[in-house]
Amino acid sequence: MSEEHLNTTLKSIKERFGLHDSDLMKYPPTLIVAPEKIIEVSQVLRDEFGFNFLCELTAVDYWPEEEPRFNVIYGFYSHANNVRMALRVPLNGDYPSLHTLEGVYRGANWHEREVWDMFGIKFEGHSDLRRILMSHDWEGHPLRKDYPLGYEEPQFTFNYDEIDKRKHHGRYEEA
Amino acid sequence: MEEGSIGVGIEQKAGNMGVVTVGLEQAVNWARTNAMWPMLFGLACCAIEMMSAQAAHNDMSRFGMELMRASPRQSDLMIVAGRVSRKMVPVIRRLYDQLPDPKWVISMGDCASCSGVFNNYALLQGVDEVVPVDVYVAGCPPRPEALIHGILTLYDKVRHEKIGSWV
Amino acid sequence: MTEPLEVNYQELKHLVSERALKGETVLLNMGPQHPSTHGVLRLLLELDGEVIVNCVPDIGFLHTGIEKNMEAKRWELAEVMTDRTDYLNTTGNNLAYCLAIERLADLDVPPRAQAVRVILVELERISNHLVWLGTHALDLAAMSMFLYCFRERESILDIKEICSGQRMMTTFFRPGGLWRDIPADFEIAIRRFLRMFPGRIKQYEALLTKNPLWMDRTRNIGKISADDAINMSLTGPVLRGSGVAYDVRKAQPYSGYEQYDFIIPTGTHGDVYDRYLVRMEEMRQSLRIIQQALDKLPYGPFRSNNRKYVPPPRAELGTSMEAVIHHFKLWTEGFKVPKGAVYVPVESPKGELGYYLESNGGNQPYRIHMRTPSFVHLQALPLMCKGHLVADLVGIIGSVDIVLGDCDR
Repeated sequence: MSEEHLNTTLKSIKERFGLHDSDLMKYPPTLIVAPEKIIEVSQVLRDEFGFNFLCELTAVDYWPEEEPRFNVIYGFYSHANNVRMALRVPLNGDYPSLHTLEGVYRGANWHEREVWDMFGIKFEGHSDLRRILMSHDWEGHPLRKDYPLGYEEPQFTFNYDEIDKRKHHGRYEEA
Repeated sequence: MEEGSIGVGIEQKAGNMGVVTVGLEQAVNWARTNAMWPMLFGLACCAIEMMSAQAAHNDMSRFGMELMRASPRQSDLMIVAGRVSRKMVPVIRRLYDQLPDPKWVISMGDCASCSGVFNNYALLQGVDEVVPVDVYVAGCPPRPEALIHGILTLYDKVRHEKIGSWV
Repeated sequence: MTEPLEVNYQELKHLVSERALKGETVLLNMGPQHPSTHGVLRLLLELDGEVIVNCVPDIGFLHTGIEKNMEAKRWELAEVMTDRTDYLNTTGNNLAYCLAIERLADLDVPPRAQAVRVILVELERISNHLVWLGTHALDLAAMSMFLYCFRERESILDIKEICSGQRMMTTFFRPGGLWRDIPADFEIAIRRFLRMFPGRIKQYEALLTKNPLWMDRTRNIGKISADDAINMSLTGPVLRGSGVAYDVRKAQPYSGYEQYDFIIPTGTHGDVYDRYLVRMEEMRQSLRIIQQALDKLPYGPFRSNNRKYVPPPRAELGTSMEAVIHHFKLWTEGFKVPKGAVYVPVESPKGELGYYLESNGGNQPYRIHMRTPSFVHLQALPLMCKGHLVADLVGIIGSVDIVLGDCDR
């Protein structure tokens, strides 16, 4: 683990783009980036500092907090220097959008599709933004905090009929 | 010859010539159980235990399931091994419809019987919402011996079927 | 009959090439139920005769909503679900989850627990490679390998059953150490396994490695170069088969791996045959690690002493009031992990498995994301299979070693 490489990277990126450390992430060392600058920062990380591997692309929903509502997390690794770091991008609004990272790292393709599917964050410029884990006609974005878990309630004798009314009954019949 | 069948006098004579008499129900049910081929329908973790049950240590071929057919048109048992997600439901129903009669369904594992540990939006709460199930095998995942016990229970059920309920 | 899934033509036109729309190439659906796709994976193949022009994977048929479901359970109860994501690497998933909690909560893990964790994780690695080898060989029509591999696997499952009572989903690792101390016949069973297994690997290699049929079906198939692999975020044996020696156990060691001596096998061409050789050698290296860990197994406690996270032993409950209070809080409310977020990578047999865990100070996880290797590797499948025949595709899918529970969670 070359700590010096990591420290020089963090220092120069912070100075160049004016970013802060994130105090929420304990490991790996993280910087908070505004949504407009993310492509530039990751390009600089890949070309100049050797972070050629994208480990992770995911998002967190902080509903009912509105500012920020979402946080998109990018994790990077440098093969040559064996160091890890991460970036967090705060986003507001119900259907925010971000530019796609596919041009810089091809492996971001399916990760971004999953974030669209689960959170509703659109990625502009993505080659193929469709639902990946849910079926294509599913409504809603499941991993948002205002989406219900959708569990089946246990039906005892005293509340059997009341839950039966709410329950989804299949319409499949034998052929 | 099953116990409970009445010995008819002709049997002793015919037995020496190599002919046995047996009821139609018993004969057909025996034939159905002794060579019931399951369809390869392993979805998740229970599929690994199903493969273990087919492998050499616990051998399902002793019970007639010599091989698993990939095509539903050539099999008569569907062992739903694993959790069924909502995206998979039309696929399961279609495969069940493609099985030729007579067909049976074993719901293997907790997730197929009642969705097990996962009570949420993404899974079907029990595969009996879409296909009629004959035997439920509990466990997460059920041991291969438990699956074999489930299969023998199914054989028991098939052996007691009557002419009126055949399709 | 049920209606088929209605798919909008306009939505999917961009996936297929021009030739398909004119009718020159055939669109084939290798459906969710198929003997060779190792689970419920749907592939849309565009074929020119038998040659694959493009392949579009369609996943999500096993999506279980594990990440959302874990947010509704307490920290220790949610561990049960981690087993069921990658069901061939159950102890590895448990380890990643426990390491993430220990990182967030600054829990210490005693060295005995670390050593036992390493032993069980390496046994799981061997068990995963055995299932991989069995099913891969079965797809490429070497059926007896399937039976041999599952016979070996029964010994490993017996060892796991000795420790925890369950064959596959053990949940044996808990935050702070292990659930209970290993029993006396653990060491005996492992030594027996260590004596028996190297001979079996030799048997498998004798069957397959120099076999002309095997080499014909696996050489120069599914090649991917090192640069492409790194750009597509591939890890694990797929990346090592292309020549990059990256292994999280050596790069960022966890749970005491720095004490053990093992090499990282790499391939040169990046084809299916090299990945096969890499995995066979990994099985041998795992045996080395288990041998070293078992020889050095230290005495001591098996779980941390931090009573805020670990329940006190039952004998103490009769004498100490604090023990009763801790027990009560842990059983009714569960432990609370301090606020923070962490990403912990672990080397699973398939690649780099990472757990992103975020806590807001409560007794339930706020957000868990599993960065699973199978999800990332399936993206590279279209790249690897262009220009090959359909029969080769089966070998390529097998060599990438996907598990759909891992991919869809």
